[in-house]
Parts: sequence; C-alpha cells; structure tokens
Amino acid sequence: MNAYWIAFQTIVVKETMRFVRIWPQTVLPAVVTTTLYFIIFGRLMGERIGPMDQMAYIDFIAPGMILMTVITNSYANVVSSFYSGKFQRHVEELLVAPVPNGVILAGYVCGGILRGLAVGLAVGGVAAWFVDFHPHSPLLVLLVFVLTSAVFATGGFINAVFANSFDDISIVPTFVLTPLTYLGGVFYSIDLLPAVWQKVSLFNPILYMVNAFRYGIYGVSDIAIGWALAIMLGFLASLSAVALYLLHKGIGIKS
Amino acid sequence: MDALELQDLRKTYRGGHEALKGIELCVPEGEFFALLGPNGAGKSTAIGIIASLVTKTSGRVRVFGHDLDRDPMGVRRAIGLVPQEFNFNQFEPVEEIVINQAGFQGIPRREARARAESELRQLDLWDKRRVSARELSGGMKRRLMIARALVHRPPLLILDEPTAGVDVEIRNSMWEFLQDLNRQGTTIILTTHYLEEAEALCRHIAIIDHGRIVENANMLELLTRLHQEILVLNLRQPLREPPAIEGMTLRCLDPLTLEVVVRRDQSFNRLFCELERHGIEVLSLRNKKSRLEQLFMNLLGNAA
Repeated sequence: MNAYWIAFQTIVVKETMRFVRIWPQTVLPAVVTTTLYFIIFGRLMGERIGPMDQMAYIDFIAPGMILMTVITNSYANVVSSFYSGKFQRHVEELLVAPVPNGVILAGYVCGGILRGLAVGLAVGGVAAWFVDFHPHSPLLVLLVFVLTSAVFATGGFINAVFANSFDDISIVPTFVLTPLTYLGGVFYSIDLLPAVWQKVSLFNPILYMVNAFRYGIYGVSDIAIGWALAIMLGFLASLSAVALYLLHKGIGIKS
Repeated sequence: MDALELQDLRKTYRGGHEALKGIELCVPEGEFFALLGPNGAGKSTAIGIIASLVTKTSGRVRVFGHDLDRDPMGVRRAIGLVPQEFNFNQFEPVEEIVINQAGFQGIPRREARARAESELRQLDLWDKRRVSARELSGGMKRRLMIARALVHRPPLLILDEPTAGVDVEIRNSMWEFLQDLNRQGTTIILTTHYLEEAEALCRHIAIIDHGRIVENANMLELLTRLHQEILVLNLRQPLREPPAIEGMTLRCLDPLTLEVVVRRDQSFNRLFCELERHGIEVLSLRNKKSRLEQLFMNLLGNAA
C-alpha cells in the first residue's frame, strides 16, 4: 500500500477517534441545540409564522438547521484539533514524518467532514421526528454536505495555523461564521428582504450552500444550483491553495 | 557514507537573532556523536533544521545522502527524533501514539502494531500501553518518545537532552539501551547538558557556541588535551594540614577530604607513594569535574 495513503488513513483514524472519544462534547450539544430549535422555532413559533416558499416553516428551516451544524462542527473539529496539536506540539509528529503537506491537509479536512457527517446524521435523525424527509436528489444532498463541510474544515485549518491562543480559535466562529450562517437564509427566504439586502446576501457563501442543500431535499431554491456548486468548489479550491501555501512556508508551525 | 552532513548552515530568526552562523559538520555512519554547547548556543536550532521543524536561512543538509531541499521525505524517513520537550498528545493512549507515528511513516497498521509492541517492550512500557500518556512519569514519557522515534527503524537517531530530569537508574538503563542500539548500527547524535553522559557514551563530540562549531574532534583526542586533572580524595584519618608534595598542589577541603591537582606529565603512582610516605590512607577518590566538563569550560573560555 502506498505510504502516503497509509499516512492519510492514519490522520483520518486519529481525527475520528478524537471526536468519537469525546462525543458528549462533539456530537451531543448539536443534537440538544437542534432539538430546541425545532421545538421553539419550528413547532411553537413556526405555526404562527406561517408558510415560507410555499412550505411549512418547520420544513423550510430543517435543511438549513442541519447544514448549520455541519458547518459549525466541521470548522470546530479542525480548528480545535490542529490548534491543540500546535499547542501541545504533537503536530511535530507529522512535520518530522515523510508526510506531504497535501496529505496533512486532506487528512484533517477529511476528519472535519466525518465529524460534520456524524453530527449531520444525528441532527438529521432529530429533524426526522419533526419533518417528513423525502430527498428530491440524494446525490446532491450528499455532494453539498461534503463540499460544505470540506470548505469549512479547510477554513478551520487556516484559522488554526494562524491562531496563537485558544481565544484566536473562537473569534472566527463567533464573529464571522455565526452571523453569516444566521444571515445565510437558514430561517428565511431572501425574497422577504428588500432588494438591496437581497443583493448583499448574494455575497454570503452560506446562502448558496443552504439553498443547494434545501434544493437537494425539496427541489426548491432561491438561487441557481449550478452557480451554488461552482461557488462552493471555488471556495474549496481557494482555501485549499491558501492552506497549502501556509504549510509550505511553515507559517504558524515552524520557526 | 556520512550519516549527516551540514554545509554552511545558517539560521537567522525573524527578530534578527542569528542562531547559526555557518555550521560545517560531518557525522560518519555508525557514530555515537555528542553535540554540546551552553544554552542558546544553537544546538536545538540545528537539530530542528535537520528534523524539518525549523526552516533554515541557507546552507545544505544531507542525511544518508538525501538532500533536505531536494528530497525532504528521504531525510525524514532516515531520522528518528527525540526532542527536548514532550511533544505527544497527552490524552492519547501510549500504544496509539507509537502506532500513529508508524502510520505517518507509511507503515501498514498491522505491522505498526507489531513494531509498537516490540519498541514498547524494549523500553519497559508495554504494561502501560493503554494508559493515557499524561499519566506516565517523566522518565516513562522520555522512553515513550524514544519508542516513537524508533518505530520506523531509522538509521539516524537524534536525541535532544534525552535524560533531562530522569533519575539515575532510568538514566543508566537508557544509556545501556542507546549503546546497544548504536552497536546494532544506528548512528546516534545527542545533545546533553550532562557532560559525563557525553563522555560515557560518545566517541566523537562537537562543541557549538554562539552559532559556531568551536571544536569537533574524537573524544580520546580531546581528553588528551587536558593539561591537568583535579582529584578529590576521601581520607581515613583527619588531616590538619596538607602534605607538601613537589610539583603538585594539595589543599584540605575539610579534615577528611583532600584536593590534589595533578598535571598530565605527573604520575598518580608518585602521588600515592608520597601520600603513603606521609602516612595518609586514601579510602576513595573521584574527579572533581568530569574531564570533559573541564575541557568544555576551557574551550568555551577560549572562544569567549
């Protein structure tokens, strides 16, 4: 078996074991939070809000809720794991070994995707209690799922490379990811916004991800799916290029 | 073939600190080599560059013929590193740490397990394989890092202060282990603050100071350069004043302890004959400083 493939598998297994070992911290909170969201926003308030995009409000928010947890968890997995590797210096285990930068990045991103998948499935299970799911295009659901978590896992990797303290790894999720997610069409259709804000919303990449995911489930979207997929691939390629450059230069990890 | 070759190796850190000022070093295959120097001399920087943890400013590094710039993966395959600081995940079980390192080296899982078992058994850590690394004692953590560094059977093992903070018993068993490893063909480079460690283990030493190699020679050749040795003798009977012995300097450290400075051209036989003539019975003796320590201080004194 190819040595780089073995190294990749090792990183993925190590990353997976890490979040599985601490599942009450990594998987459970998302399940609890989403259940509360469904009860409060979906059931209690949703029935008063009325339909959105010709569907029940709880049905409308379900895909975005799932994707929101995927985004948060993919990002959190990589940023916390790689930064703690820097902090405890065990990232050196990889740096002294014959592991190319691309394999290091792919391994961590894959770990992030798997956590996104694990949490997404758990939250999807919760959603199934409240919503009747019949995916319009299962393949598109899976593709958006993987692309979204890969984009944010790569973002988490870059954040971890630059981070110098544990505070630095919470700044982006708090001040960038959360606002972008809440304004990314999870809880409303952008058709409700004034024309100017509709245009501003189009600069939010999460809008495309949420809409593509919603389309995969219901076949309904505010934006064109081809465009959404192209944007996701563009973000993934750009962020991966940045991450590989940082690794190549040793920024944040080598003196 | 040379295990390690450094040519004009330089490192200037971002703040402008010049840690290495053009190091030239050659370590032949099979050598047990000590890299000595005071704190901040540049030892860890040099090791960091060789192990791909520090980016060099300029110069060339070759490990068993693999050039660090052209074949970095070949260099990394050839090296096992035991760093000064603990650098493993404290929350991972001991066995997993070693197996994962084997995986990073491209060793399939089944073989990695077998190798991890072999290394952990050799280093007396097999019983602790399922324990979280943070629960190990300091000495065990050092041995864990050695097991991890050896799991891919590298031909060059680099140890940065391997016995810092471990007790005498563990230190001695680590010395034996390293000597065995060297006898089996592994080239070993170590940095240490314990000069007696370098004197006991290494056949060749280089001394680095202020980013430059100030000495690079065979251990025996270096020790013959010592002009004098200072012996401390423990006596059976208390002594009020030291006897006068021509050509030697003697002084009482306390009534039962005598310090004698013996030049290289003087024999110990004459010293003991004279002591016997004065009715002084010696129970035991030791070097005041290790011979290497004395030489080290002389060299650094000259360099300054």
